[in-house]
Amino acid sequence: MKNKQTRREFIKTVSVSGGGLILATYIPFNNLFAGTADDPKIFSPSVYLKIDSNGVVTVIVHRSEMGQGVKTALPMLIAEELEVDWEKIIIEQADADTKYGSQSTGGSTSVRRNWEPLRIAGATAREMLIIAAAKKWNVDKSECYAENGFVINKKSKQKFSYGELVEDASKLPVPQNVKLKDPKDFKLIGKRIHRVDTPDKIYGKAKFGIDIVIPGMYYAALSRCPSFGGKVKSFNADKAKQIKGVIDAVQISNGVAVIADSTWNAFKGRDELEIEWDFGPYANVNTDDIKNEMLKHIKEEGAEFESRGNIHQSIKGEKLIDAVYEVPFMAHAPMEPMNCVAKYENGKVELWAPTQNPQNAKSEVAKALGLSENDVTVHVTLMGGGFGRRLVSDFAIEAAEISKVSGKAVKLTWTRKEDIKFGYYRPPSMHVLKGSVSADGKPLKFYHHVIAPSIRQMRFDKNLTAEKSEIKEGTVDLEYQIPNLKVTGTLIPTHVPISWWRAVYNSQNPFAVESFIDELAYAAGKDLYEFRKQMLPEDSRLLNVMNIAVEKSGWNNRLPKGKGRGLAVSYGYESYCAQVAEVSVMNNKLKVEKYTAVIDCGVVVNPDIVEAQMEGAIAFALSAAMKGEITIKNGGVEQNNFDDFEILSYDEMPVVDVHIVQNNFKVGGVGEAGIAACAPALCNAIFAATGKRIRKLPVRLI
Amino acid sequence: MSKINLTVNKKNYSVDVEPDTPLLWVLRDKLGLTGTKYSCGEGICGSCTVHIDGNAERSCILSAKDVEGSEITTIEGLAENPDHPIFKTWIELEVSQCGYCQPGQIMTLAAMLNKNASKAEIEREMSSVLCRCGTYHRIRKAVDKLVEDK
Ligand code: FES
Ligand code: FES
Repeated sequence: MKNKQTRREFIKTVSVSGGGLILATYIPFNNLFAGTADDPKIFSPSVYLKIDSNGVVTVIVHRSEMGQGVKTALPMLIAEELEVDWEKIIIEQADADTKYGSQSTGGSTSVRRNWEPLRIAGATAREMLIIAAAKKWNVDKSECYAENGFVINKKSKQKFSYGELVEDASKLPVPQNVKLKDPKDFKLIGKRIHRVDTPDKIYGKAKFGIDIVIPGMYYAALSRCPSFGGKVKSFNADKAKQIKGVIDAVQISNGVAVIADSTWNAFKGRDELEIEWDFGPYANVNTDDIKNEMLKHIKEEGAEFESRGNIHQSIKGEKLIDAVYEVPFMAHAPMEPMNCVAKYENGKVELWAPTQNPQNAKSEVAKALGLSENDVTVHVTLMGGGFGRRLVSDFAIEAAEISKVSGKAVKLTWTRKEDIKFGYYRPPSMHVLKGSVSADGKPLKFYHHVIAPSIRQMRFDKNLTAEKSEIKEGTVDLEYQIPNLKVTGTLIPTHVPISWWRAVYNSQNPFAVESFIDELAYAAGKDLYEFRKQMLPEDSRLLNVMNIAVEKSGWNNRLPKGKGRGLAVSYGYESYCAQVAEVSVMNNKLKVEKYTAVIDCGVVVNPDIVEAQMEGAIAFALSAAMKGEITIKNGGVEQNNFDDFEILSYDEMPVVDVHIVQNNFKVGGVGEAGIAACAPALCNAIFAATGKRIRKLPVRLI
Repeated sequence: MSKINLTVNKKNYSVDVEPDTPLLWVLRDKLGLTGTKYSCGEGICGSCTVHIDGNAERSCILSAKDVEGSEITTIEGLAENPDHPIFKTWIELEVSQCGYCQPGQIMTLAAMLNKNASKAEIEREMSSVLCRCGTYHRIRKAVDKLVEDK
């Protein structure tokens, strides 16, 4: 049967409880596949899934996979409600398109923001298939149920496969307010489902952005100004062009690119470019200048974020302490350096980009090239880590510009050195803390003044004030009941590009806060756990994770001299976390032995992935706490590679014991939730082991 | 350009490249074997690890010319046997996160296991293969299991 149906497109809105509307686009794609009689018909009641007449179910993942497991977790949500055989699902990565809602893969939002929309998508399709079957049997839909890719007639036990129902189902109106499963009936959610992309990754078959090859493609490398804010004055590419394999050299807004027949030749050619730079207005700025900018404000009170009681009164018998904490710039340094494939042709550009932010790449590239967004296609590739770095679209713009100016399809590959030198860094910060405790060991006052650049102010809104900025994340709305409290902030400018870095301010602020809480506990002469416990309400989920961490870590067992345990708790991304670090320090040599980490992230979709994210977060946060830092010299980054920007290695990784709280609270974020408590737990443990209080990261014991 | 003859995963190739071209870029750009990854380019991270006559070596700092006549095995070659105990253990324990460093981790470990390296040697070698996602905890579990099963 040849069915050349014309393309119809209905937009239906499905209301989502908890506010907001999602678009469910109903597109019978039949015409696209109607080449031969054997082509399947396709039923697509939502943008997130398709079922064809052979029963093949395809789930479209609209968030980016960078190791955090969305390619597994998001399809699990759809499959759970759709009642299909998990093993048979085909998973497709979505291109950039506004029809999916936000594709920005950051803020630990993928599961928590799609928890409902994706289940609704699955449930709606299931419902339509059931209705289609009921009509065929001429029974009420309540006489039918769905299971494992079939709709079954309860009485007659007859069944139709989903494939057989596709054509009828696609003619039905999309039902509203379908019923979602009761969590007790979940078959997939909560299970340790294996990741769908593991085999390809370990066999070397998976294609990351850097692995993409398209017909007629050349290889590009780019030379950028070593100081941020500088630009090309003039350049001479004669020597570069003498390198065998080098084809062209072109200037783009961000520097000079060399195009060659291989990555290596492009790198070699780029090294031969003679460029005269205008180093720009910040060519004399060094780390100390930025630090001094922060120091200028440490005596000020800062703009108020939050206040209660009166921190200025003096209380009889109180014991006052104060401290200043400091955190440096930090690079993301994912193992896959930045890269992008771009093909510009006839006023349109097609990109293959390892991006966490496909819609942003689309609009930024359109802007940079003076195109309409409709003329920019962004295919999202796998990415070798992201951690926030790939939320910025600089590499996509560069590749697109090189392709446009050179008239060639190119793959732009950054070297590691460029990846470290031309990043968008986690901002530095300084923290002034003051507090007091009573003679009987109760907290009386807590004051925290955060001094840091705001990403939003620097990049998007010059007029943003401290009060409205995000530098407060991780230090406001603390659950601790302290009668007199004030949290304030001051924004400082920086010419160094800054951006979101796994947890961002939720990494710096909790380091200062949870370390200082430890200082207060010592000042109070109390057990570090008991001191925190007395500040938390009895039904607190934070207290619960802390209790579990204390129990599982053997908190009360004595340790030999030179060893110590440190405790820290955090709330963020709608998840609660507690960590106990155990360290030993011998001759000023630090060894992190063990982390006990407890997370309460509400409903758990895939416990194995949650555990992996906690383990990974601890490794990532430990790198930042005890390994490399980014420093600035002459307006640019001093570090070059993993030898002078070190990250944690295998032998430095502690044992990580993760415990997940089982409950049915609203689903919380996981990717970043394990970061906050890690550094303060470490430094509190170092104090317990050595009596040395670490107030500046990264930890340097000598 | 000059012709360089390479034996990769038991196949013979003749490639036209400058003799100083690192093996890594020959594998990736000329032979389409992209399972071998570029990350630091300076021999620091181990992402580009391949086997040269059975030894784990970093292909980013080996010139193509230097490995003429050697038996080169890449992750694709190792994966010709997808039932290799390392792969099975890696899947069972879900070691991988983003996966980018994993070919280098696996190739490094495979060479060690093949030559019955001691625990201390394995520890030392694995400590020089970096992973930014922090899969070390599971790599250790996998290593322990594989050494025990041997
Ligand atoms: S890329 Fe070869 S060791 Fe890092
Ligand atoms: S798994 Fe991502 S770098 Fe190792």
